[in-house]
Amino acid sequence: MPMAIIQPVVEKLEQHPDVALVEQVLRQDASAFDTLVRKYEGQVFRIAQHITQNREDAEDATQDAFLKAYQKLDQFQGNSKFSTWLVRIAVNESLMRLRKRRTGKMVSIDEDISTDEGSVPRDLADWAPNPEQNYNQAELADILRKTIQGLSQGFRIVFVLRDVEGLSTEETAETLGLSVPAVKSRLLRARLQLRERLSRYFHQKKGAEK
Amino acid sequence: MTCKEFLALLDDLIDDSVSDETRAQLRAHLGGCEHCKVTLDTTRKTIEIYRSHEVYDLPDGLRERLHAAIMARCKGGC
Repeated sequence: MPMAIIQPVVEKLEQHPDVALVEQVLRQDASAFDTLVRKYEGQVFRIAQHITQNREDAEDATQDAFLKAYQKLDQFQGNSKFSTWLVRIAVNESLMRLRKRRTGKMVSIDEDISTDEGSVPRDLADWAPNPEQNYNQAELADILRKTIQGLSQGFRIVFVLRDVEGLSTEETAETLGLSVPAVKSRLLRARLQLRERLSRYFHQKKGAEK
Repeated sequence: MTCKEFLALLDDLIDDSVSDETRAQLRAHLGGCEHCKVTLDTTRKTIEIYRSHEVYDLPDGLRERLHAAIMARCKGGC
């Protein structure tokens, strides 16, 4: 019967490659986990570094996140994306590292979000068409790092997950345990604050060339 | 539409999650407000720059070290 042949093919096409890798790992194929680690280690490290703001902690959190993912792989539900599931673990491990470093101090993604700085655009001069081209790669990376480090943690994590790592608003909310309106509110303020801070750098450079 | 109302919908416009009617209102405001046009353009650019440039790159040495540590522990049953 043609249908009996077609149906499994359709199901196979719809399956995300990560799900097949997870199934291989669960069948004791460690090399499949190797593939998943290589695919996501850069993303997990970036998130850990953005949250901990400390290289050593970011390395440890990256390692711990993958180890925890491996241990809990049988709990992974195929109805969510593996990458989103892994990001959630990475965020938790990173926050845990932060707590260890700040012994006795509460660490929450809600801290320091009361500021309205930058939420109302003040610097309204336009940028050059491609302002990043006025800087070499290392200079630009330095500017982007300094600028995003200046955001409060609650804004920074939302911006990183939503705009840098490409999670949806709903996935970001679920990952951080926030409501969708809270994510949207923080994202707007994070974007506007970053824009305001970047404007200073790009205007300075533009002015210096005159 | 006021600038404040425009700003409240800025993210929805950037993320392309506004109705056709609202988009038309936002565009009409942009046509007569240079400040909001600059805010929209530079906010879009801000996101694009962060999306397209590595802020924290994983150096090759560190990549291999992490990889070896993770795989060694996982093969040992974690």
